[in-house]
Amino acid sequence: MVETLEQFLPHPLLAIIMHAALPMVIVFPYVLFAVWLERKVSAHMQDRLGPMRTGGWHGWSQTIADMIKMIQKEDIVPSRSDKFLFKFAPFLAFMGAYAAFAVIPFSSEYIGAHLDVGAFYILAVTSVVTLSILMAGWASNNKWSLLGAMRTSAQIVSYEVPTVVAVLSVIVATGTLNLMTISEMQTGTIFNWLIFSNPFLLIAFVLYFISSLAEVNRTPFDLPESESELVGGFQTEYSGMRWGMFMLTEYADMLLVSLLGSVLFFGAWNSPFGDFMSGPVWGVFWMVSKGMFFIFVMMWLRWTLPRLRVDQLMDVCWKYLIPIAFINLVLVALWEMLF
Amino acid sequence: MKRYFKDIWDSFYTIAIGMGVTFRHLFRKSVTIQYPDIKPELTERARNRLYVNMDDCIGCDQCSKACPVNCITIETVKAVPPDDLGVTSTGNPKRLWVTKFDIDIAKCCYCGLCVYPCPTECIKMTDVYEFSEFDRHNLVYNYSTMTPSEVEEAKGKFEKWQADKAAAKKSSTEKKKEGSEKPKAKQQESGEGKRSDSPEDKKSES
Ligand code: SF4
Ligand code: SF4
Repeated sequence: MVETLEQFLPHPLLAIIMHAALPMVIVFPYVLFAVWLERKVSAHMQDRLGPMRTGGWHGWSQTIADMIKMIQKEDIVPSRSDKFLFKFAPFLAFMGAYAAFAVIPFSSEYIGAHLDVGAFYILAVTSVVTLSILMAGWASNNKWSLLGAMRTSAQIVSYEVPTVVAVLSVIVATGTLNLMTISEMQTGTIFNWLIFSNPFLLIAFVLYFISSLAEVNRTPFDLPESESELVGGFQTEYSGMRWGMFMLTEYADMLLVSLLGSVLFFGAWNSPFGDFMSGPVWGVFWMVSKGMFFIFVMMWLRWTLPRLRVDQLMDVCWKYLIPIAFINLVLVALWEMLF
Repeated sequence: MKRYFKDIWDSFYTIAIGMGVTFRHLFRKSVTIQYPDIKPELTERARNRLYVNMDDCIGCDQCSKACPVNCITIETVKAVPPDDLGVTSTGNPKRLWVTKFDIDIAKCCYCGLCVYPCPTECIKMTDVYEFSEFDRHNLVYNYSTMTPSEVEEAKGKFEKWQADKAAAKKSSTEKKKEGSEKPKAKQQESGEGKRSDSPEDKKSES
């Protein structure tokens, strides 16, 4: 892909920048769409209508208007905060989320970086988001923010374990960390997808989905934000576009775990119908629609379930997810050995 | 151990039920009304903006007295003999010029208490609710149909009539040669109706 771009562009550096910016082409419109979708889904689940006016058809441009509004807003930095960390945290958060897209195979032809340790890289680089949340909470010099940030670190550190073990189950089954190779292994019809190749991978997927919900701080695991008890958690003091960056990160993270889930279990960019509707461009389509499906499920869950209490959160992780994940890992390995 | 697996099963089962409920609601017709495009139908006796049918108002001031927030201001001038104001549609004779009938709808709490005492049923609540204004003063509705010149005329007539009457009284008392105490008291009495107007008159003049 970089080579193709280099032929068109005058300078190789420009090609690299273009190449790196490509996921943005998906991520940015996606975030605008997903925020709108979230409002619509939540509204209709509560028998409301949601945004209806901006832009005409079902308020489709509401989020664009919101974004313009946020850019125009005053940039408020609390006077007693740690200025540098406070200003830097949102950008670090988005950096962490965006960097992970480098190894997501969007199509058979496009992957940011052909890393052989792709899965490992994603798990490592998304931890930066935790760091930035902690940074934001600490720098705000505010109790709510700090509490929210502490909760986040506790939550993400705990849930990292089942996530990693669930991903590891896939690695055990495929024998590679390279996400492109994993995608290529699932070529063919729907039955070649990893989730159907091994009964224990289905369990691994459920574990992965639950713990990834916690990793991206979605309800029922949205304790870091918990609007109703911590005002807004780590983002209490943020406003305007810096707050917008956190929002962007949250939705980008959602997309990331959804895409990773579809790469690991649902055949990545492969069409479910074998050769029908397959190809590099269809690949992007399948990848994004699989991702969007999981995002819809996340929204669906969000408007169905209440938030867990902190002790329940830890219970779910340490008493249920982690033991099951480990046992499941052994079973996946056994299955792979036997069949 | 059995409990452990039952808990897991229960949590998945209940979540599935909950998700079923929310999914069904996703396609249910929404209860939201797109207000300016579609207006909700008000119930038959909804209480909104007041309307006064001035043709029927006899200026009895009952509504103003009933109002708990004093948002109705009524001023009247007595109609004098040559003028006949006729009767209302309910058959009550009209005896007063209603020179001023203002409702400060901004203060109105739509309690409807002014409606019940009206003897001619001319003040009533309508179903009009879209009457917001940029200036608060525009919410003072003037229902009186009389123009300022008509008001002056009515007042002038009344004053003249009063003066005539006083003069008549005077001449009659002079004739009878009684003390000057009585006519004075009478003059004050008849001036009573006018007194309520006088502070307002001064205001409008200044
Ligand atoms: S509705 Fe109530 S508040 Fe309004 S004018 Fe009548 S009595 Fe006064
Ligand atoms: S109660 Fe009726 S008739 Fe009397 S002043 Fe009020 S509106 Fe006029």
